[in-house]
Amino acid sequence: MLTLHCPNCGVMADETELHAEGEAHIKRFGPGSSDEEFENYLFERKNPKGVHFERWRHVAGCGKYFHAARNTMTLEVYGTYSAQTLAPPKTLVNAIKKKHPEWEGWA
Amino acid sequence: MSNAVSALDGATYQGFCKVQEMGLVGMITLRGDLGAAAMAKAVKAVTGVAMPGQGAVTTGKGGTVAWMSPDELLVMVDHAGADAAVAKLSKALAKEHALAVNVSDARAVFHVTGQAAREVMAKLSPADVSALAPGIMRRTRLAQVAGAFHMLDEGTFEVVCFRSVAGYVFDVLANAAKPGSEVGVL
Ligand SMILES: [Zn+2]
Repeated sequence: MLTLHCPNCGVMADETELHAEGEAHIKRFGPGSSDEEFENYLFERKNPKGVHFERWRHVAGCGKYFHAARNTMTLEVYGTYSAQTLAPPKTLVNAIKKKHPEWEGWA
Repeated sequence: MSNAVSALDGATYQGFCKVQEMGLVGMITLRGDLGAAAMAKAVKAVTGVAMPGQGAVTTGKGGTVAWMSPDELLVMVDHAGADAAVAKLSKALAKEHALAVNVSDARAVFHVTGQAAREVMAKLSPADVSALAPGIMRRTRLAQVAGAFHMLDEGTFEVVCFRSVAGYVFDVLANAAKPGSEVGVL
């Protein structure tokens, strides 16, 4: 069972209190974008075996969104952080990189 | 004036803990910048309670104030005084980006009382009930619906849920308190 620390209300939230909201840090492409950009924005998602950045919502709790970095294979949670950011914190990325030197990094 | 009636009109169940619907309770949802000085001042003026910190709940002479999310408080007062409290809060916060709404009749309140009250809650919620203590508000789920609870004392939980699921919450609380179903760990 996955347990994530909600940075908004500070509780350790069980997976059943949360709602998965898909891949994190997706950049929106709307009017004026190319067909390829728009298709990519709508449909193309990473599906890594390993380090993954995701959006979660503490739906049966404070109701707020946050981000989480975790491993899709081992279920290890590297950390959670604010939803109000366009990229994961550098310290978190560095910590993951240290654990997994083979990881291609966040991009 | 219509005759206000709570969701289950004070229904009770006696198992290894007592489950009681608390009748009419005044409840106000207050949203806004909890860090704003005007917000703390308004809350203090209406309830006599200081702004609670993250995840906290405090009770004073004029009511109970619970931290529900980074921009939301639940203010519990006398049912009869809820409209007046909303008016006071709204007036005090007229210049703030804030909103106070009387949700008394959209919610239900229960008390779960007994030595093993923690056990009843732990059966229904994924929250770490063993780590709770009076003064902590925990928003979570109760079986399949949203709910929130805090401890009034070591043997009493106050539970808040939506009125529309009051019957369901009463049933799952009563079922969790059924004699013979004690687990004996909390
Ligand atoms: Zn939360």
